Amino acid sequence: MLFFLKNAKSKQLEDALAQSQCAAGPAAAWAGLPEDELFTPAGFRAEEAEATASSNYSYWGSTLRSFLRNRFAVALLVALVAVVAFAFLQPHLPGQIDPNYCRVDPETGIQYRNIAPGVDGFVWGSNSIGQDLWARIWAGTRTSLVIAFFVAMIEAVVGITVGVLWGYVRQLDFFFTELYNICDNIPSTIILILISYVASPSVPTLILGMSLTGWIAMARFIRNQILIIRDRDYNVASRCIGTPTFRIVLRNLLPYLVSVIMLRMALTVPAAIGSEVFVTYIGLGLSVETPSLGNLINDGRQVMMQAGLRYQLLYPTIILSFVTIAFYLIGNAFSDAADPKNHMQ
Amino acid sequence: MVKYLAKRIGHSILTLFIIVTLVFCLLRLMPVEGYFANYEKMTETQIQAGLQSMGLLDPLPVQIFRFWRDAFRGDLGVSHIYRVNVPVVQILAEKLPISIQMGVTAMVVSLVLGIPLGLVMGRFKHRLPDKIGTAVVILIQAVPAAVYYLYIQMYGTTALNVGLLFNADNLRYWVLPVFSMSLGNIAFYAMWLRRYMVDESNKDYVLLARAKGASEDRIALRHIFRNAMVPLVQYIPSAFLNTVVGSIYIESLYSIPGMGGLLVTCVQRHDNTMVQGIVLLYACVGIIGLILGDLLMVLIDPRISLGKKEGGR
Repeated sequence: MLFFLKNAKSKQLEDALAQSQCAAGPAAAWAGLPEDELFTPAGFRAEEAEATASSNYSYWGSTLRSFLRNRFAVALLVALVAVVAFAFLQPHLPGQIDPNYCRVDPETGIQYRNIAPGVDGFVWGSNSIGQDLWARIWAGTRTSLVIAFFVAMIEAVVGITVGVLWGYVRQLDFFFTELYNICDNIPSTIILILISYVASPSVPTLILGMSLTGWIAMARFIRNQILIIRDRDYNVASRCIGTPTFRIVLRNLLPYLVSVIMLRMALTVPAAIGSEVFVTYIGLGLSVETPSLGNLINDGRQVMMQAGLRYQLLYPTIILSFVTIAFYLIGNAFSDAADPKNHMQ
Repeated sequence: MVKYLAKRIGHSILTLFIIVTLVFCLLRLMPVEGYFANYEKMTETQIQAGLQSMGLLDPLPVQIFRFWRDAFRGDLGVSHIYRVNVPVVQILAEKLPISIQMGVTAMVVSLVLGIPLGLVMGRFKHRLPDKIGTAVVILIQAVPAAVYYLYIQMYGTTALNVGLLFNADNLRYWVLPVFSMSLGNIAFYAMWLRRYMVDESNKDYVLLARAKGASEDRIALRHIFRNAMVPLVQYIPSAFLNTVVGSIYIESLYSIPGMGGLLVTCVQRHDNTMVQGIVLLYACVGIIGLILGDLLMVLIDPRISLGKKEGGR
C-alpha cells in the first residue's frame, strides 16, 4: 500500500521534471527575445588588450580590512591607544602633581596619609606617605610601558637577526642549537633574578635581564619557519637568478613571518610587565623614586588586608590588567588578520 | 632506547655543568658584602682577610675547580647571612620536602582540572562552554600571575577563613597556594588540548568514526582526545618549569617554608652562597623535568621512537 503510494509520487515528480526539460526546454524561455538581447558586441579597447592578468590584492590593505572586521579588537585598540596616550600626556596637563611629592596638611604639618579616593583632591586617593596615587599610577604606567616596549623591540631585533642566521646559515646551526638547549633548560625567571641580583636595580638593568632570555624563543621560532621555507621553489628561483641573500631574507622570507613576529611582540608586553611586578616583589625592582606598576602593586599588597585601603592595590591592577589584556587580545586579532590564509574569503 | 637514554642523560649532565659554571662565574660579580654577616662593622683588612680565607681572591679557574670538587662531595659551602655557618646543603634538605609536596600536588591538580576543561572546550567548539573557557584562559594568560595571586590571597583567605601565613598541618591552608600554583597550568593545558582537538577533528579517522555511527561524545573521548594528548605531553616539562617558577612567588607570599620562599629571602638579604646553591638546584630540577617529559612522550605514543629523534622539541 505504502509502496504504491511512493511509486505514484515519484512517477508524478519524474513526469514534471521531464516535461520542464524536454517539452519546453530552457531555450523555449529565451526564444521570444530579439537577437541583440542575447548577444552584445564586446568592443575593443587598446589599453585593456595590453593588460596582463593581475589582481588588486594588497597585503596590508587586506590585513587592515580583515582587522577592521573584528569590531571588538578595534574598540579595544582605540581604548588602548587612548590609555597609552593619556599616560604619556598626563604630566603635561595643567594641575598635575609630581608623583614623588608628599603633600602635607598646612594646618597640622602632617602628610595626607591614606586619603580615600575622591577626597581632598586626591582622585585615586593617596598612599601611606601622602603621595598622589593618580600621579604615581600614570607615572608607573609610563615606566612599565617603556620597559615593555624596549624589551619587545630588543627581542624582535635580536631574535629575528639570530633566527635568520640560525636558519639560513647551515654552519651556525650546531652552535645555536646547543646554545638554545642550554638556555632553555634554566627557567628564565632564574636568569632574571640573577641579573637583577648582580646588577643594581634600574630601568636598563630590568630591560637587559628580561630581553636576555626572551630573544632565544623568538630566534628558535624564526629558525624553524625559515628551515621550512628556505628551499621552496620561489626561493631557489631567486637564488638562481642571483638575488643577494639579504634581499631574499628581507623580501622572500620575513614577509611570510610578519603575523607571528607581531604576535610575539604583542605578547612580550604583558609578559614584561608581569616580570617587572614579580622582580619588584622579590626586592630586586626599581626604587620607589621611580614609580612603576610593579612597585605600586607591591605597595598596595602591603596594605591589602585592610579593607579600607584596598584601593591602593585596586587602581594599579585595573590599569595593568587592562593594558595586558588589551595587548594580548589585539596581538591575537592582528596576527589572525595578518595571516594571508585568512584573506581569501 | 637505553642507548638514547644514556646519550640524553649524558648531554643533560654536560648542559648542567655549563649552566652551573656560568652561574658560578656570574655570581663572582656580586658585591662582596654577601659573604659577611656584619659587613658594615668590618675594616678593609678584615674583609680582605676574610675573602682570602674563603678562597675568593684566587684566580677564577681555581675557584671553579674547587667548587666542583666540593660539589661532588655534596658540599655547597656554608650560608653567611641567612643562618651563619650552617651548610647550604643542610638548609636545602630541610626546605626541599615541602616544596616537592606542593609542586607535585599542584601538577596533579592542574592536570585533573586543565585536561577536562580543554576536553569540554574542544568537544563544544565555538559553543557556550568553549567561549566561557576561552575567556577564562585569556584572563589567566594575559593578566600577570603576580597580580591574580594577590587577589586569590586577598579574597581567598577571607572566604576560607584561614590566616595569611601557611600552616602545613591544616589541610585548608593548602588550598589557596596549590590552587594559585596550578592556575597557570590549567589554562595552559586547556588551551593546547583544545587546539590539538580542533586540529585532530578534521582528520579522516574522525570522519570514519562518524560514518560508523559513533556518537559525538564517543568520538571526542575515544578517538580525538587520545590522539590530541600526544603532542600535549611535550608541554608537560615546560608546565613543570612554570610550577617551579610559580612556587618562588607563592611560597614567599604565603610564607611557606620551602625552596622558593628561601630564594626570595636570600636574594633580599644578599646571601651569596645560598643564592648560588638554590640556583644550582633549580637548574637541576629544570633539566630533570625536561628528561622526564621526553620519556613520557615515548611511553604514551608507540609511534615515536627515540633512536631516530632529531634534537627534540
